Amino acid sequence: MIGTFPRIPSGCAISGMMSKKGRRMNGEAVIKSIALMHDRSNGLGGGFAAYGIYPDFKNHYAFHILYSSKQNRIDTETYLKDKFIVDRCEPIPTRNVDNITDPPIIWRYFLLVDGKSLYDNAGQPVDERDYVVEAVMYINNCLDGAFVISSGKNMGAFKGVGYPEDIGRFFCLEDYEAYIWTSHGRFPTNTPGWWGGAHPFCLLDWSVVHNGEISSYGINKRYLEMFNYRCELQTDTEVVAYFVDLLHRKQGIPLELTCKILAAPFWQEIDRMEPEQRAVYTAIRQVYGSALLNGPFSFIIANSRAMIGLNDRIKLRPMTVGIKDDMVYMASEESAIREICPDLDEVWTAEAGEPVIAELEEGVEV
Amino acid sequence: MRIDARGMYYRDLNKMIHQAVKNGETEIVLDNVNGQRYIGTGINEKVRITVNGVPGNDLAAFMNGPEITVYANAQDGIGNTMNDGTVVVHGGAGDVLGYAMRGGKIFIKGNVGYRVGIHMKEYQDRVPAIVVGGTAGDFFGEYMAGGILVVLGLNRKPGDPLTGDYLGTGMHGGIIYLRGEVERYKLGKEVEVFELNEEDEKKLQPFLEEYCAHFGFELEEVLSVPFCKLLPVSKRPYGRLYAY
Amino acid sequence: MSVYLPAEFNVQIDHTLCRRCRRCVAECGFGTLSFKGDKVVADHKKCVACQRCVSTCPEAAINVVKNPLAYKENHHWTPEHIKNLHKQAATGGMLLTGGGNDKVYKSYFDHMVLDACQVTNPSIDPLREPMELRTYLGSKPDSLEFRYSENGEYKLKTKLNPQVKLDTPIVFSAMSYGAISLNAHKALASAAKECGILYNTGEGGLHKELYCYGENTIVQVASGRFGVNQEYLNRAAVVEIKCGQGAKPGIGGHLPGEKVNREVSQTRMIPEGSDAISPAPHHDIYSIEDLAQLIYAIKEATGYEKPVSVKIAAVHNVAAIASGIARAGADIIYLDGFRGGTGAAPTIIRDNVGIPIEIALAAVDDRLRKEGIRNKVSIIASGGIRSSADMAKAIALGADAVAVGTAALIAMGCRLCQKCYTGSCSWGIATQRPELVRRLNPDKAAQCLINMIRGWSLELKEILGALGVNAVESLRGSRERLRGIGLNETELNILGIKPAGR
Ligand code: SF4
Ligand code: SF4
Repeated sequence: MIGTFPRIPSGCAISGMMSKKGRRMNGEAVIKSIALMHDRSNGLGGGFAAYGIYPDFKNHYAFHILYSSKQNRIDTETYLKDKFIVDRCEPIPTRNVDNITDPPIIWRYFLLVDGKSLYDNAGQPVDERDYVVEAVMYINNCLDGAFVISSGKNMGAFKGVGYPEDIGRFFCLEDYEAYIWTSHGRFPTNTPGWWGGAHPFCLLDWSVVHNGEISSYGINKRYLEMFNYRCELQTDTEVVAYFVDLLHRKQGIPLELTCKILAAPFWQEIDRMEPEQRAVYTAIRQVYGSALLNGPFSFIIANSRAMIGLNDRIKLRPMTVGIKDDMVYMASEESAIREICPDLDEVWTAEAGEPVIAELEEGVEV
Repeated sequence: MRIDARGMYYRDLNKMIHQAVKNGETEIVLDNVNGQRYIGTGINEKVRITVNGVPGNDLAAFMNGPEITVYANAQDGIGNTMNDGTVVVHGGAGDVLGYAMRGGKIFIKGNVGYRVGIHMKEYQDRVPAIVVGGTAGDFFGEYMAGGILVVLGLNRKPGDPLTGDYLGTGMHGGIIYLRGEVERYKLGKEVEVFELNEEDEKKLQPFLEEYCAHFGFELEEVLSVPFCKLLPVSKRPYGRLYAY
Repeated sequence: MSVYLPAEFNVQIDHTLCRRCRRCVAECGFGTLSFKGDKVVADHKKCVACQRCVSTCPEAAINVVKNPLAYKENHHWTPEHIKNLHKQAATGGMLLTGGGNDKVYKSYFDHMVLDACQVTNPSIDPLREPMELRTYLGSKPDSLEFRYSENGEYKLKTKLNPQVKLDTPIVFSAMSYGAISLNAHKALASAAKECGILYNTGEGGLHKELYCYGENTIVQVASGRFGVNQEYLNRAAVVEIKCGQGAKPGIGGHLPGEKVNREVSQTRMIPEGSDAISPAPHHDIYSIEDLAQLIYAIKEATGYEKPVSVKIAAVHNVAAIASGIARAGADIIYLDGFRGGTGAAPTIIRDNVGIPIEIALAAVDDRLRKEGIRNKVSIIASGGIRSSADMAKAIALGADAVAVGTAALIAMGCRLCQKCYTGSCSWGIATQRPELVRRLNPDKAAQCLINMIRGWSLELKEILGALGVNAVESLRGSRERLRGIGLNETELNILGIKPAGR
């Protein structure tokens, strides 16, 4: 158990970049971009998600886990060995950085699921990804001093307490190559001093970085609990990751409409739509009212094939999108994009509630 | 039109019946019915529906017009809140027959269960009626507020009582006609036994004739035993229940 | 005998101000006032403090005060107990009352406070930015399916169960024609239409003059089945099976014959002057599977086009009952707490049976969520909702909408004298006496209701704005936005809220 944390409001900076051709780039650029927005964070949290970093293990679930103590690690590894085939395990390389103090023990594991495990007590087949989600939930909620910060294939999260640029150097991100990078600088309004609380928040290959607060958190959480997601972290970001998992992965709702559930159009707009579209959005509001994210937010959500920028429906948080050749950039401020790509083909500010979806080009294998 | 209802879910069967009625069918025969509920519900036309097999609960619930004939026993809740139409059952029927029925007629050849005719009510020209050929269970005509209930007790086994206990309990309107006598202890506190007058006979006769016509009984045979009737003693049985 | 009981109230008439117009004599529905010799005199014992005379006297010459006569102080044997015992000794009957439970049980609404945004998230200005209160009642699926069409748009594949729209999450509670007057019903119906909400016929049938408000009508199917026929069902937007009422859980109804005049008799479809008795249970529901049978009988009768609501009183085991109702196929569960009003109920039942709506609602919403079936039903909460604050708190606890009965009556003029069962309501509401009914102008009363709904809706928008959300669904079930004050741990636990300061 990581214990229950009181809910901590926070403000933030976010930045993301993606090559639609699947070209991989090291972490220098994304660090530079998020560092420019230094003043939007306060040194109490920074983090990154990177896709494509483990090409040699691309069919393995890569678990990045934070531990409070060696004993916690040993206990967790016993659990992992019981549930998975552990093909490799190692500490995640870090370097000493002045401003980063008191880090936890940080390990990574490359795991496969034995097909024989994929049956529940009643002998019914279990979806492999549900199996992995359950293991993540179990470790985070039931095992002492262990916290899975990412669990997807060929991707990973790197995060901790500190300014994002310091966290980036701490994790030696210049040594990783990814075709999607997202990053986050955090401004929490008090100090839990806990590394797991930083962004991104990940589940399977979903990652979410987030700026702003969700005022509807209370009902979003209770709604997710109905579908067996446990929101122990008390962060809005966690809720978003679970929503995309539930709506897109489990219920098969297209990404675009998933975004339209989270930032639904106003009734006034729906009432003016053509009948068929009106039916779609009326049903969305009727059925998924409890999944509406209300309050100020901008997110960058990513999975292994897409990076999505989404703002709340009355645009209370900023988000700029830039395009250059096969590159797509999204950030809280335009300057954070210009810093790493001064010469953009196109740049615009995202509209309220309108998702910007960047996907790998068709046929690109990663 | 014939429909083979074997293995059909009630919702599908009723959808077919409703569609047939919409298409102008006036005669619908349902074969191999077994347990399908709500047959006749939601139909406002005067169509004839023949049910071969045991229909499910709530046959003719909220029904408003059709004439349903059942060639088997029927279950509970027939004619629930029925408004108009006729139900003829060539067999027995279960509990709570004709609950809150406000119009139409129900003829049951054999025995019926508990709480039959409960809260039946009449209004102006709408006078619901139930004729039971056999015997009836307890709470017959409970809360009855209007309409006509008849129990004939034909083909009774020796020792079988005509009706159960608490007969007409809470009754505050309508008439119950019984063929034969009734023990006083069976009566609810709100009713009293009376002899039939001429008007009663006029009222009763057509129902008896119709019963005989449906099930092939001789009217003389039915009339060979004298009837009595139960009436509520007060329209206000609960007047003195409250302090001021 | 009543003779021995002192008057509860004293009617004070200032004869120097009184201009002898005798209006008060006519206005009092309870026959308290008469003109004797050259002045108005009061038979104080008859006065129920309905304030009609006070409000209508053109000279403001009348005041009604509590009779200062004291019983010897006794915390156990309160004056009410003493009075009631005398009444029963004189009559041997049950005590009757109207209105809702007025005893000093804890009001949980008064021990909960709402949140607001400060700095870390913004509050929203509801007067200038969109603020959505629209609410749909009906059973929702767990998920939707879409299909991608040739023209590059997503189309809806899932067929939803019927949904009924409310422009604001309020409905008027069930009050039957018979218990209240036709003018009161007309006011409720036309106000519902104007506000885009629903009113509820109660169990007394639907008067022909109200057929035109069908889209805004919940019709009840109660145990007495009064006025229930195909037409009645077809006219409605929602059909409600009434299993219970918060003011008298487990108790049937009884409209005495003297209130069944020609009009009431037509609507109820029973002869004039006969008692209209609603049995305590539905005699076709002795168990939960029977409820399912009746729900589907109604759905069959209405072509699966209307949501079916089931109204129950909040009782101890309400969570399990609600779960059964949801599984039996109901689209809406209407929970009525023990503060809910009534036209007539035994006082002993009204004041001692049932549980508060706040507790019942929290327990039901929790249970349905634990079982993963909260989407299956909408919840309407009622029973003592007095203000938009109570409404907002009920919504935060998990209600889709609230129902208001007593509040609506008060908006129409009711002074809560609780004498509804006498049929003498001076305000023309709970009466069938033509001279009294006439004084309630349906258009004016409707305007009062519209005003009240408007006021509450504006206030709810302010509350949502302060909470930093712009749609009511973001408050619904969001107990995180409530905190308890002066509640013990068990109570907090049941309500699913934290204490203030956490
Ligand atoms: S009108 Fe009301 S307040 Fe006035 S005397 Fe009559 S009962 Fe009392
Ligand atoms: S409705 Fe009339 S009788 Fe009933 S409490 Fe209000 S004022 Fe009194």
